Amino acid sequence: MLLPGVIYYIVFKYIPMYGVVIAFKDFNMSDGILLSPWADPWNKYFLQFFHSPYFTQLLTNTFLISVYKLIFGMAPPILMALLLNECRVRWLKSLIQTLTYMPHFLSWVIIYGILLALLSQSSGLVNQWIENAGGQSIPFLTSTSYFRSILVGSEIWQNLGWGAIIYLAAITGIDPTLYEAARSDGAGRLRMIWHITLPGIRSVIVMLLILNLGHLLDAGFEQIYIMYNIQVYAVADILDTWVFRTGLQQLNFSLASAVGLFKAAIGLVLVLASNKLAKRWGEGIW
Amino acid sequence: MVKSLDDRIAGAVVIVILLLCGAVAVFPLLYVLSVSITPFSEVLKNGGFILIPRAVTFDAYNKLLTESNIPRAFGVTVIVTVVGTILNLAITGLMAYPLSRRQLPGRSLFLMMVVFTLLFSGGIIPTYLVVKSLGLLDSIWAMILPNLVWSFNVLIMKSFYESLPEELFESARMDGAGEFRILWQIVVPLSVPVTLTIGLFYAVGHWNEFFQAIMYVTDRTLFPLQVIVREILVQTQQPLENAENMTPTQTLQMASVIMASLPIIVIYPFLQKHFTKGMLLGSVKG
Repeated sequence: MLLPGVIYYIVFKYIPMYGVVIAFKDFNMSDGILLSPWADPWNKYFLQFFHSPYFTQLLTNTFLISVYKLIFGMAPPILMALLLNECRVRWLKSLIQTLTYMPHFLSWVIIYGILLALLSQSSGLVNQWIENAGGQSIPFLTSTSYFRSILVGSEIWQNLGWGAIIYLAAITGIDPTLYEAARSDGAGRLRMIWHITLPGIRSVIVMLLILNLGHLLDAGFEQIYIMYNIQVYAVADILDTWVFRTGLQQLNFSLASAVGLFKAAIGLVLVLASNKLAKRWGEGIW
Repeated sequence: MVKSLDDRIAGAVVIVILLLCGAVAVFPLLYVLSVSITPFSEVLKNGGFILIPRAVTFDAYNKLLTESNIPRAFGVTVIVTVVGTILNLAITGLMAYPLSRRQLPGRSLFLMMVVFTLLFSGGIIPTYLVVKSLGLLDSIWAMILPNLVWSFNVLIMKSFYESLPEELFESARMDGAGEFRILWQIVVPLSVPVTLTIGLFYAVGHWNEFFQAIMYVTDRTLFPLQVIVREILVQTQQPLENAENMTPTQTLQMASVIMASLPIIVIYPFLQKHFTKGMLLGSVKG
């Protein structure tokens, strides 16, 4: 019964793990992985990457985009969950949930289309407003000063409702007698949120934060690849997009694999470390 | 209990903010929809802001259906989604069921094999080389096979199967049912919600597929919907010499966005209650 799945894992997951040896070889297509000569010195492609001007740029971009997403993306779903929890009108609550979950299911291509409709310089809604108000149109999507905000903003938009699900679940798990006790002591809504609801979901918040730390180097390949353009490479190019371009478009397989391996190795350490942290923090949740 | 004035004000504030959130989630899509069906001369006259179009035209849709690659890409995407999702579910189930049985020899080894891929991967270049050496480049299978099983989904299904009562399996085995028969006639019917949820995640993943297509497919006739829509989106705007008759680029772009997102938006409300339930189940248990 396991057979098809195991074959899948071996072929598409474990053989590629073996394939990373090409990071240490002068790989060429005709010789294949086994016959290509070893690179001299063995870490030639790593050195090449570390000494290239891309190194700092890619690392900075990857790190900054991730961290921004983490910092600014954390609070909105929590607030959303609190609001939904405070809403006493049943049908409204489920309607808003349905509406705010929806963007989660839209692809980045679709979201990019929406951004074009709203923000494009020539015909975007926002720029038409600015021009009607007598201002200068702003190249939101092609300017280095706005690009990261747009990445982060669109991610928040996409995940606002969806991210709230898990917090809502945690809120449901809070003992209702706590609220009754607080009410009879004369606590208002805000006090109850502050003293009961938030502490009640604190461990979930910390847990998600820690687990997200593990993915610090995954700034979101697909989103960035779809939205970026040559004008914003300086602020938008991350490890993954660079690996993709260098490897598959310029056919520099060994260099690209070396960078990919570098990323995967750091990612592994981050994930393991964050899981360890999470275990220490999250007794009884996972 | 009599509601205090404070309570009622708070309730109203919550409702207003929630309505705003709902509007933020829906407005961009409604705007895209209305641009796509409004004659462009109307759009220009109204300074870009139209939510309920005064005149309606389906020119853009007509044009996309007759003169673009969209219908073909639609077909490709539908095939990939249907075939892919069925295979995904089949293999994921076949993987998860044995892993959920404690008597499976080597269970922890297989489990490790699955979990490890969540932590580390060979990266895109070695994976590309595997797909290439299997001769899958430029075929529909390249968009299905490399992501046949998502480890996370295996874990969710496994933990669901584990929650089924052990007596069920014992009595079935007593009655002489083999493992395949138990899976098909007992486990599958009992796990409809979780199967639907995971099926939906897989299906949405295939529908939104972009990454694997740009990696592995260069044959234009095999491009899925998202790739074609992105092409339409990045086309530079044509000069609008005759805005009355021509279907302008922006209208076409927005029509393509709507066509690519419509199926998801239409199907999603019907499945929503299943997946929130399934998602909670998976995330709470981990």
